[in-house]
Amino acid sequence: MSALTFKLKTHPRQRVDLSPLTPDSLAGLKNDAIAAIELQSGNRKLKAAELFDITGDDATQIAIENSCGKLDYIGHGITAGSIIVRGDTGAYVAFKMRGGTVTIEGNAGAYAGCGMKSGELRVNGNAGDFLGAALPGFRHGMAGGTIIVGGSAGERIGDHMRRGAILIEGDAGDYCGSRMLAGTIAVLGKVGEHCGFGMKRGTLLLSSKPQVLSVLFGDCGTHNLNFLPLLINSWRALPGRFAELQPRRRVRRYAGDNANGGKGEILVWSD
Amino acid sequence: MIINGVLIDDTFAEAFGMKATRILITAQNLKWAYHSANAVTGFATSVIACGCEAGIERKLAPEETPDGRPGASVLLFAVSTKELSKQLERRVGQCVLTSPTSAVFAGISEGEKLPLGKNLRYFGDGFQISKLIAGRRYWRVPVMDGEFLAEETTGMAKAVGGGNFLILGDTQEQVLTACEAAIEAMRKLPNVIMPFPGGVVRSGSKVGSKYKALMASTNDAFCPTLRGATRSELSEGIETVLEIVIDGLTDVDVRAAMREGIAAVCEFGTEGGIRRITAGNYGGKLGQFQFHLREIMQEAAQ
Repeated sequence: MSALTFKLKTHPRQRVDLSPLTPDSLAGLKNDAIAAIELQSGNRKLKAAELFDITGDDATQIAIENSCGKLDYIGHGITAGSIIVRGDTGAYVAFKMRGGTVTIEGNAGAYAGCGMKSGELRVNGNAGDFLGAALPGFRHGMAGGTIIVGGSAGERIGDHMRRGAILIEGDAGDYCGSRMLAGTIAVLGKVGEHCGFGMKRGTLLLSSKPQVLSVLFGDCGTHNLNFLPLLINSWRALPGRFAELQPRRRVRRYAGDNANGGKGEILVWSD
Repeated sequence: MIINGVLIDDTFAEAFGMKATRILITAQNLKWAYHSANAVTGFATSVIACGCEAGIERKLAPEETPDGRPGASVLLFAVSTKELSKQLERRVGQCVLTSPTSAVFAGISEGEKLPLGKNLRYFGDGFQISKLIAGRRYWRVPVMDGEFLAEETTGMAKAVGGGNFLILGDTQEQVLTACEAAIEAMRKLPNVIMPFPGGVVRSGSKVGSKYKALMASTNDAFCPTLRGATRSELSEGIETVLEIVIDGLTDVDVRAAMREGIAAVCEFGTEGGIRRITAGNYGGKLGQFQFHLREIMQEAAQ
């Protein structure tokens, strides 16, 4: 058995919805049935075989090769198995993910991990805006699972996030953790402006204090917090730099957003 | 059966099914972890009046604890899930939450869940914070030295309480010395505690009393000062009888602890003033478990 591989023949002119290509929906299908799957592209439907060279037979491991930023909804609703994307992806990667792993070797577009409830999304490159955030009309953003970004991520990371962890090895854009309800966002690089804007609960764990911190966050001083070693140890098995962090417990704590109850916190590593 | 001159009675210890849990208490250093663990296991010698039987199972090195600090592992045993739950909450609430730098974690992850930080979190008056880490929920409760961290629940196990053996010997000093050695050997084993002070009990009881209000009273058959005044079990020269009671997570653990303890006592032999080993039972009608002394020591010999 080898990984079921979809190699993009040419970069499409219009966006393509790849939501039908998940381990769940392809389980048990023969290759000709997979080749005949219709994929929405603009106002047309394209057969999978028109877009991709399809090889391999193990639908629990899907590889998308030669990928580009026009391919949306990769890993839509995935519950188990793995998808590896060699190249960039469009928007909504791992949309409503429920389990398994999705790995993007390039960059991910907007709304990666949106509606995610469980599983692991790894973006080796950069992630776009609204990473793990709520779509307009959604009651909340990401509600479980782990997102790891090897590069940087755009604005509104974890907007309305409910649960789970977003780990950014690079920098984070403006409004990081905005309107957050709970969960953890950790950033090893810098964060942009207005981080924690309107956050209700949850933890933003930063390696350095933001240049401008909202006046709606109150400085609670430097403390030893014993949950931090547990949190760091829980990242041990993950790929990337977060797995290599040494357990630490000393942080400066800023509580806020006081315009929204003030039960959230921005923690900045301190030694 | 005679080991090193010590007679092993052909009798058995009768033990009961209990409910148990394990919690891990950590602190800034071992001293403070033990202050907390000692308090949690205080006044927990017998379910008769303490609500539960509890003891420190062993000390924990920093690399063995969830938060990387030194700690102690504590076992608690009670007669019912309800009582265990009540005792756990009271004891952790009064003895761990209150203890500087402490944190408490589940020591058993399987089985029915008992609330650990689940209700204690309300001490935080709305400032408590929940963190779900690797599928387990923890509560961060703000306290005056920082934060009290408590795992939401701990697992419960079916367990065995009341394994025991009695050591009969020449003098108080000699029997107590042998008991100390036994306890030292038994404390090296996992999954067991000896709940009485120093692991040793001197007030063995029988069922019933001449006083209607009392369910149990002194075991006069084993009281050396009554040898000539009652139907005594003691032969001439026996001046002291001490008992070691063992609670364990399984009958195998209790059996192993009894074997280790009896062997340690028998090392002293008649030269050390030890004459006889026996065990407490109720005729085998009350308890679910029977630990036959000779069987256990036979296994040891093999």
